[in-house]
Amino acid sequence: MNVLTQSELNYLTNKLGRKPNNLEKEIIGAEWSEHCSYKSSKNLIKLLPTAGDRIIVGPGYDAGVVDVGDGYVVTIHLESHNHPSAVEPYGGAATGVGGVIRDIISMGTIPIAILNALRFGHINYPNNKYGKLEKIKQKKISHARWLLKNVVKGIADYGNCIGIPTIGGEVEFDVSFENYCLVDVASIGFGKKSELIENTAKEGDLIILVGGLTGRDGIHGASFASKKLQNDQDRSAVQIPDPFLEKLIIEATREAIENNLVKALKDLGGGGLSCCLSEASSNLGLGFDITLENVPTKYLDMQPYEIMISESQERMLFITSREKYNRLLDIFKKYELNSAIIGEVKKHNNLVIFKNKRRIAGMPSSLIAHSPLLTRKTIKPPYLENLKKRRYEFSLPENLDYVLLELISNPNIASKKWIYEQYDHEIGLRTILKPGITDSAVLKLNRQKFLAANLDGNSKICYLDPFQGVLSCLSEAKRNIVCSGAEPIGIVDHLQFGNPENPQIFWTFKKSVEGIIVFSRENNIPVVGGKVSLYNETTKGPIKPSPVIGMIGLIEDKKYITKSIPGESQSLFIIGNTTQEMGGSEYFEYIHNFTGSKVPEVDLKKDTLNSHVVLKAIRMGLISCAHDCSKGGLAITLAEMAIGSEIPIHIDLDQIPNNCNRWDYLLFSETPSRFIIGTKEPQKLERYLSKEKNLTYSKIGITKKSNGDDKLTLKSKNKKIIEISIGKLRQKYEILNDLMDKNC
Amino acid sequence: MIKIGIPVFPGSNCDKDINYVFSNIYKVKTDLIWHTKDKISDYSAIIIPGGFSYGDRLRGGIIAAHSPIIKEIKRLAKEGTPILGICNGFQILVESQLLPGSLISNDSLKFVCKWIDIQVVQNDTLFTKSFKKKQIIRIPLAHAEGRYVVPDSEFREMKKNKQIVFTYYHDNPNGSLEGIAGVINRSGNVMGMMPHPERTCQNEMAVLGLKTTAMKIFESMINYLKK
Repeated sequence: MNVLTQSELNYLTNKLGRKPNNLEKEIIGAEWSEHCSYKSSKNLIKLLPTAGDRIIVGPGYDAGVVDVGDGYVVTIHLESHNHPSAVEPYGGAATGVGGVIRDIISMGTIPIAILNALRFGHINYPNNKYGKLEKIKQKKISHARWLLKNVVKGIADYGNCIGIPTIGGEVEFDVSFENYCLVDVASIGFGKKSELIENTAKEGDLIILVGGLTGRDGIHGASFASKKLQNDQDRSAVQIPDPFLEKLIIEATREAIENNLVKALKDLGGGGLSCCLSEASSNLGLGFDITLENVPTKYLDMQPYEIMISESQERMLFITSREKYNRLLDIFKKYELNSAIIGEVKKHNNLVIFKNKRRIAGMPSSLIAHSPLLTRKTIKPPYLENLKKRRYEFSLPENLDYVLLELISNPNIASKKWIYEQYDHEIGLRTILKPGITDSAVLKLNRQKFLAANLDGNSKICYLDPFQGVLSCLSEAKRNIVCSGAEPIGIVDHLQFGNPENPQIFWTFKKSVEGIIVFSRENNIPVVGGKVSLYNETTKGPIKPSPVIGMIGLIEDKKYITKSIPGESQSLFIIGNTTQEMGGSEYFEYIHNFTGSKVPEVDLKKDTLNSHVVLKAIRMGLISCAHDCSKGGLAITLAEMAIGSEIPIHIDLDQIPNNCNRWDYLLFSETPSRFIIGTKEPQKLERYLSKEKNLTYSKIGITKKSNGDDKLTLKSKNKKIIEISIGKLRQKYEILNDLMDKNC
Repeated sequence: MIKIGIPVFPGSNCDKDINYVFSNIYKVKTDLIWHTKDKISDYSAIIIPGGFSYGDRLRGGIIAAHSPIIKEIKRLAKEGTPILGICNGFQILVESQLLPGSLISNDSLKFVCKWIDIQVVQNDTLFTKSFKKKQIIRIPLAHAEGRYVVPDSEFREMKKNKQIVFTYYHDNPNGSLEGIAGVINRSGNVMGMMPHPERTCQNEMAVLGLKTTAMKIFESMINYLKK
């Protein structure tokens, strides 16, 4: 398979001064694939703000490195395995975990957590009396459930086996992911600054390949991920997971680093040996002479090109000095790991491949590692204006209790317990705030330091307005971090779009990048890592733009750690105004089956102010719980708080600052920048809030003592607008258990 | 002086957690012992940690049960040394036949990670002395193969010999026979349990109002060893 374009081939021939041979074309083809080279996106993503006081290593390496003080660092990286998971969900998702974990180890840190962001087609019939969705075929529903079930099992089996907790994430269901899925996995590492791998080498150092045997699994994986998915025929491009082997590699690498036996380290992922060797030698500014017959393979008859581009999993590249080799080998033997010296570091700057002493390929490493970049055309898609102008005319539903119950059983909003209970989220003794009671997971780092982390995405809003959409995701991610009591210190982004050769799609990509730049600058939170995944298309067309935003935050005193669910007898306040911008809301999409209208706009000044005030109030000890208001709007936020705490909540809707002209819009609008906070000291809190200029806030209700018949009550002038028992809400909220276990 | 031995197999995951709890919280001397060691001595007690020894291949614990260190653990068990197996450690004890019964796939066929309630059935063991009889303990669990089964005749024997130490309270998360969550051998020095008491140690949880007494399992053991 030759994946190079004619102009790339010409460029290569010109640089080499000769025609490349077939093996060289394969090596270049893997490394210059969109997946490995970022050739379409690099000109844009290099504009992201990446500098900051805490940033030791920004995007570009295996993982971003952030200084958290006292000699410690946090590393973070995220990757997707969309194409492989769509054809082989179990193996695709599992190997996604494996890859991102090895990126964390490569930096010299210990992986301490996994997060996941998943996207599928609909897993139920969204069907209610206000807006019937066109009938989705049972086959499609079954397929989406099959994908979800196996993706979750793949992540669970892998993460659980290697003993790293999966602490959080998010899931979205949308018709544009039908017959497809997006599987994003992020990993967080922790370690001593002094133990970060320096990645230096000198002539004569040994290049060692450790772990899995190189086989025919994952051949052309990077190229496969860089084009549209055709059908199931590409299954051989999916790798096979072996978490037990990964666990042994994690432990052995750790032991090798502690004994100072590693000079450079790199994991093998997309593009296999081709990418790993060319990038490693290019980064070192040195050359490698590789003895290909030394690579341990699964089969005797593997061709050189297969060995060079195989993406067999659980492999790591170590570079060490000759003096230290024997001690390193002892560690590999202890863990019964396969290893082989596959080459030597040389002064020349080339990647040279030998087989049986015959030179079969040789090119400058930096030429391989740096593909020529492309400037893709952009055109604003005309459908955007039409969607924005689409008028909506629904009458106010008579029964808002019914609407709330329907909305809370919408899989996009419903409890994800069915998923996170399959993940060991507590191993390692670091998980302080775990799924279900918090907006962000909170991990213990060391004695007094804690890290908050989460992932957020919203393809419905990003589809209608990619710029505002990504701002919404960023704002939500930040609110989630703030709600747990943490100060945001870094952004990671995962930009998932369709075919970049289509100028309309590439315009939406560009707008998303611009959104991240604006937000990052305004909030002074640098981008510490990221990933781009393009060509996410099915036979029906491109996916909706799906940037996923990850954020990390730091808590430097345990008393700041804050839950999202209230205790008894607290006063509840809202921070922020509620506006009637309903485009992309779950209320429109799920209840009324309506896509269009204006999406909520993020007012960056207000967004920053609101977060700042909430974080300050938490740190002054004025707040006992904080929950961000996002998908499903205010009513869902309050319902989640009621379900989580199992205590009655009473809200006076007349106290909510808004410019909505109807109850349904007020209750279900997804205006960003809003928080619901709870306090035991309402006067003190109010005194503080009133001092903040330009802040929109209001005391909106109370929590009561549990009396056995607990309800969520939303009133206006003594008229009940919504009143539902918490038991009933919970039953609807946990619908995923029924959907996935009973009918799958 | 008390010294706890923690055997480590390829794929053990909770070894560092157990080590942290005993050395940092209880300030007890500990050793992580690699499984190939075929001579061990001077340990007051052994705790076999959870995890996925040998990747749970074939069945949780079965390959580890054939490691060199298991012979030594069997010897210590015979000599009366307290031995506690948690999660995969319980599976290893069962597969080594130091404890009766088998642990098979959860009836849900899924991995399950959550906090549940267990009840103390026997409080006259060295691991449960600090509890009251029938006391309810809130405790996390995380496993895919935790369904305890044992033939009827053996079950009756176990009951008679007071070998059932913990049972799940109300919610049986894995389909165990009679909700069995932890069992002990007849001589009362080898106990296995599926839930993870070591995961209840974070003092930050108190900030959030989460309180549990599960750590008393370790405290009972340490008190016994001090005597």
